[in-house]
Amino acid sequence: MTLRLGDAGGNGTATHATWNLRLYVAGQSPRSLAAFANLKRLCETHLKGRYTIEVVDLLQHPQLAEGDQIIAIPTLVRKLPEPMKKIIGDLSNQEKTLVGLDLIER
Amino acid sequence: MPATTATPSLRKTPSGIRGLDEITGGGLPAGRPTLVCGGPGCGKTLFGIEFLVRGALDHGEPAVLMTFEERVEDLVENTRALGFDLDDLIRRKLLAIDYVKVERSEIQETGEYDLEALFVRLNYAIDSTGAKRVLLDTIESLFAGLSNETLLRSELRRLFLWLKEKGVTAVVTGERGSGSLTRNGLEEYISDCVILLDHRVTEQVSTRRLRIVKYRGSTHGTNEYPFVIDRDGITVVPITSAGLAHPAPKERVSTGIAHLDAMLPGGGYYRGSTVLITGSAGTGKTSLAARFAEAACERGERALYFAFEESRDQLTRNMASLGLDLERHAKSGKLVFSCSRPTLVGLEAHLSGMMRQVDAVKPAVVVVDPISSLLTGSETVAVQAMLIRLVDHMKTQQITLLMTSLVDAHAALPGTETSISSIVDGWIALRDVETEGERKRMLYVLKVRGVGHSRHARELDFGDGGIRLLDTARAGVSTPPRRAGSKRARK
Repeated sequence: MTLRLGDAGGNGTATHATWNLRLYVAGQSPRSLAAFANLKRLCETHLKGRYTIEVVDLLQHPQLAEGDQIIAIPTLVRKLPEPMKKIIGDLSNQEKTLVGLDLIER
Repeated sequence: MPATTATPSLRKTPSGIRGLDEITGGGLPAGRPTLVCGGPGCGKTLFGIEFLVRGALDHGEPAVLMTFEERVEDLVENTRALGFDLDDLIRRKLLAIDYVKVERSEIQETGEYDLEALFVRLNYAIDSTGAKRVLLDTIESLFAGLSNETLLRSELRRLFLWLKEKGVTAVVTGERGSGSLTRNGLEEYISDCVILLDHRVTEQVSTRRLRIVKYRGSTHGTNEYPFVIDRDGITVVPITSAGLAHPAPKERVSTGIAHLDAMLPGGGYYRGSTVLITGSAGTGKTSLAARFAEAACERGERALYFAFEESRDQLTRNMASLGLDLERHAKSGKLVFSCSRPTLVGLEAHLSGMMRQVDAVKPAVVVVDPISSLLTGSETVAVQAMLIRLVDHMKTQQITLLMTSLVDAHAALPGTETSISSIVDGWIALRDVETEGERKRMLYVLKVRGVGHSRHARELDFGDGGIRLLDTARAGVSTPPRRAGSKRARK
């Protein structure tokens, strides 16, 4: 089951492209649910109005793991903007997640 | 070769790797993981791939290859040269390859996770092909890619248990560590069967060795076995475990020299026996060997002549001056030459090459001239092991084997030959002796197992009448002739 969520109709500025995020899970495990919740919260905080989250359940679609080279669950993949970034874990460490997504301003 | 061992409780999966199933008593433990470890370039990846390929081609068992090192295209390309057509197997759905790329720089770890996706991928590949064999090469790459070692180890433990439950026979490769079998201690999780591969360069010649470190629940050969990798894949060269149960023919074959035949009651060597001819340079070893081969051809048999010091042309020419017509028999196909430099390849490669040629040519007699060339730069133990293997192979096929060996003229008794002499059935020594200002070539029959033989020396003569043995009285040696009525030949 893939789920598309987003607030694409918000006040997206022309200079920021929409972020495409894909979260790979394996069923509804506590970790997977936690990752999704953490991700949603983070996106609403930092990317409001310019993100889409796609959830890919590998137990339903095992063949999709190979394409993005997924070995860990949960794994968050930033498909857009490029370059692709991969973050593994339940995203409980917000700072590391932001660094991984390259959202932290330097 | 039986596919399963006699032990009722432990099933084995035939590996299909030449020689390995003999040492392991049937193959790898079925439904369990086997760890194959060794340094870089030792052949572990190829070992695993051959296991998969043989399973698919010989037993119709589909396989999954999960590679952490090479991309699929590279893998297919690199194994093509060794005779494996992975593309074809993939097309026929007998093989699925999944390349798992783990790049630490690409991954940020942000909390709790597990490796469930890896399980998902492996499970998917196994289910979609119905695979019975799996290769994980090399799972240690995960250690380089992920920093949470505790998690990784517990997931690996889970993975190997999962593989057992899945019922697949898996080969897992590991990098050799210093102080431990594998760099990351995989042997802690895979303990049913552990095989160690080694690749050494000794005296500029590369040799490969395989050793079964552990095989739970089964007896196995515990020695180091040499193996070669060539265009047919891997061949392990075990000392045959068949023991000494060879058929012992009663028939004799002529030595090619009537007088020498006369020294051996019955008229020659036992068919299927092994004879060694030693002597210093120029004593006539090659002449005796060549004459023996020629005599076989004259009987209508095929002879295979391995020459390690002279080329075919040199041999034919030199022997022609003694009245031997090797060229004629070579042309008719009865005499097959195989000439090569002994240092070109390692001992094991020589042995497997020789055995392959014997199987292809199917000769009645084989000549190795000289075996001493193979001694150069090799450990005597390795040579002896190789010789035993060679002699065994000949005896099993009842091929009469004649080997020449160069010895030091000043040694009272041939040195290293004493170890070879215990393996052979017959031993003829040639020696130059100086008497009254003349040099004479003497022939001594030192040993002929199972046949009474004349215990004195005869002089060897190469004249227009061919190769002859002169009577000892003429040769000036004071031992009285044993044989009544022995011929007196005129020089």
